[in-house]
Amino acid sequence: MFDIDLWREIFQSINKNRTRSLLSGFTVSFAILLFAILFGLANGLQNTFSEAFNDDANNSIFIFAGMTTKANKGLQAGRRIQFKNEDFDYVKEDFSDKVQYITARIYKNVTATFRNEKNTYSIRAVHPDHQYLEKTLMKEGRYINQRDLEEETKVVVIGRLVEEDLFLKTTALGKYINLNGIQYKVVGIFTDDGGDNEERLIYMPITTAQRIYGNNDYIDQINLTYNPDMNYDEAIGFGQTLTKKLKDRFDVASSDQRAIRIQNMAEANKGVGQMTGALGIIILIIGFGTLIAGVVGISNIMIFIVKERTKEIGIRKALGATPRSIVSIILIESILITAIAGYVGLLIGMGVLEWAGPMLETYFIKDPSVKPSLIVGATLTLILAGAIAGYLPAKKASRIKPIVALRDD
Amino acid sequence: MLTINKLHKSYPIGDRSLHVLKGIDLSVKEGEMVAIMGSSGSGKSTLLNIIGMLDEADEGEYILDGVPIKNLTEKKAAIYRNKFLGFIFQSFNLINYKNALENVALPLYYQGMKRKERQEKAMFHLGKVGLKDWAHHLPNELSGGQKQRVAIARALAANPKLLLADEPTGALDTKTSYEIMEFIQQLNDEGKTILMVTHEEDIANMCKRIVRLRDGVIMEDTFVEQVRAAQYV
Repeated sequence: MFDIDLWREIFQSINKNRTRSLLSGFTVSFAILLFAILFGLANGLQNTFSEAFNDDANNSIFIFAGMTTKANKGLQAGRRIQFKNEDFDYVKEDFSDKVQYITARIYKNVTATFRNEKNTYSIRAVHPDHQYLEKTLMKEGRYINQRDLEEETKVVVIGRLVEEDLFLKTTALGKYINLNGIQYKVVGIFTDDGGDNEERLIYMPITTAQRIYGNNDYIDQINLTYNPDMNYDEAIGFGQTLTKKLKDRFDVASSDQRAIRIQNMAEANKGVGQMTGALGIIILIIGFGTLIAGVVGISNIMIFIVKERTKEIGIRKALGATPRSIVSIILIESILITAIAGYVGLLIGMGVLEWAGPMLETYFIKDPSVKPSLIVGATLTLILAGAIAGYLPAKKASRIKPIVALRDD
Repeated sequence: MLTINKLHKSYPIGDRSLHVLKGIDLSVKEGEMVAIMGSSGSGKSTLLNIIGMLDEADEGEYILDGVPIKNLTEKKAAIYRNKFLGFIFQSFNLINYKNALENVALPLYYQGMKRKERQEKAMFHLGKVGLKDWAHHLPNELSGGQKQRVAIARALAANPKLLLADEPTGALDTKTSYEIMEFIQQLNDEGKTILMVTHEEDIANMCKRIVRLRDGVIMEDTFVEQVRAAQYV
């Protein structure tokens, strides 16, 4: 039942005892404010991490070839290791159960022209799987496909900025672009979250590049993603096996670090995973710590308030107040103050995060924010704590014999 | 009005207990004005508190207006206090953040009276004690005599059967004391039953009956010729 007189009593009590109300409100506001800011910052840190590893597939393994630095099996140091199609096929076939997507890469730099526009770009000649490895998003048209590989078609997929540079306001799809004097048909335009450089690339079928630039079966690099069913340790093990097998295949000393290099995202991810895990635990501890501090604060204040009001409670009881009305007036007052103060703390906390957020990006804190539901939860916890902390002394106060409360001392 | 038979009360002090009331028999009729006197420690305040249901007796019988007061729940006691009794304290015991009107209206709030009616009634009682113009002042803006008058108005507001006063003039100077007594006498003239604890002879003589306590028993219980306070004011 909504009792307007009860609320009037409560508002009067809050209003006339401003110091007391502000004091308890401040404790709650401050706890919620700290809670929001700490959680926000930690979330920002996590956002930075997840974004840094979001551009490319995060289960990728890159395989690079270089020069040998150690003599092995009668071969001199300084030998250049060159991957060929057969090496690509070897990895693809022999590890088929561990590989999700796989592509080779050849790098070339070309001068591209369309009508009067001219610019230099990097070409990546790839297999169709490359799209998934690089998380390339098609804006228009299609990506390189298997038929392009088989027929060595002269087609390219160009980045959004290439289209912007060369084709100006018109669409590039279906038009022919001139790369170092050879005409290629544009079959697709892509976008990439990896930034401007990623969108100034041109993709072409790897077989076409091999035919046109050197008429050989060389490849520069092999990229793959491991089967995502594998956990970090299995993936790291897979990377080590792969390194060992390839070194054997090219007669490279097993201690040679340069001839064949493998960059396994699983290793970095494991580190990041551990780090975010640790961060999560720290956040949890800090969050709980803040909340407990808030709970202790509000409990102390409630005990103090009840003590301070003992005489008033005695007077009210002498005038006919029931124990229930005493408990409810104290409890509702504390809940009201906690709720309002919690809300203020929430608003300030969110405001601070909103305001300081952009400035913090230099410190690896991106988009620091907290889910309102989390803060509402924290506020509810404090309200509950305040209610429990207030209930016990209020209950006790309501049982005090008025004569004790009214004693002149 | 009220009957008390063989009332005992003791307080624990450390591991011993102090026997404060040792079998009190007292009967007060409607319209009486009784002063309870005694030196400090005689048990006079304890007796008043038990009569006021602010404290409970260990043993004995207490019947107020035909209702036996025994083993009351807190809630019942609250209702009886509100319905039967009005309190006047030595230290006034006004709620300091409420103004005079709100203080007087408080017992009516606990009776569940509507706000408007409550305020009208409270204003009427404030008028009766001559403080209509001070209705919206806080207690700390009032003099001692004014505070006690507000307290009297508050005690009267719920229209109690019995008015209990614990040293009502204890914190006031003589002149103000007589003014308050004059007022209490008027209430008695109108038919209110009044029970008052005091240790001042002149105040006691303004009542109609004096009960003297010593060491927890009634030494003397006499009806006296009432001295009117009005002649001193």
